[in-house]
Amino acid sequence: MAKPTTGNTTDKSKNAVAVAEPEYPLTTMAVVAPLVGWLIPGGGHILLKRYGRGILLLVSVVAMFLIGLGMQGRIYRPNGGDILDILGFVGDVGSGALYFLARIMEWGDVMAANAAADYGKTFLIVAGLLNFIAAADAHHIALGKKP
Amino acid sequence: MINLSHFSAAVVFALFASVVFGITQRNSTMEQVRYGLYCFALFVGGVFLAGWVMALIRR
Repeated sequence: MAKPTTGNTTDKSKNAVAVAEPEYPLTTMAVVAPLVGWLIPGGGHILLKRYGRGILLLVSVVAMFLIGLGMQGRIYRPNGGDILDILGFVGDVGSGALYFLARIMEWGDVMAANAAADYGKTFLIVAGLLNFIAAADAHHIALGKKP
Repeated sequence: MINLSHFSAAVVFALFASVVFGITQRNSTMEQVRYGLYCFALFVGGVFLAGWVMALIRR
């Protein structure tokens, strides 16, 4: 028995199927890798056996964080009260374990008012934001979207 | 305490940010290196450009 057709739309629908984007099913690794990558900078890439990239990300994020602390940059707390403080906290917390270590050790608990401290604060925030990008990249690799 | 000048802080910032951008925004190793160098050049070029603009405004 012949299949019912819907006139001249069949060719179009076949083409539509051919150019449809491939699906990337969510796997356990696609959840675990970015979480590990957030907690330990570059850890997600190392977990996915991208050792070179992982080590470069680790060195970059950790170096930026340590330089930020060395320049007497301030570490933001979650309950800063001001909206800009909350944004600073979001940036800082991107460094994962480094942020929690700094809070436990009371590093970055200074209120130095000089240019170097201001740069240091920026280094700390950007280190966290870059680590967020690295964690998202680990997610894409785990999904198979990126080699 | 680390005491970096404005310029050296900007170059260090550009270096590490370019490494992360290169790795995360491109697929193959060659593309990553090329994009990282491109970002670094834009960062440092931007520093020089901003420096010259500020110097001209100050005059």
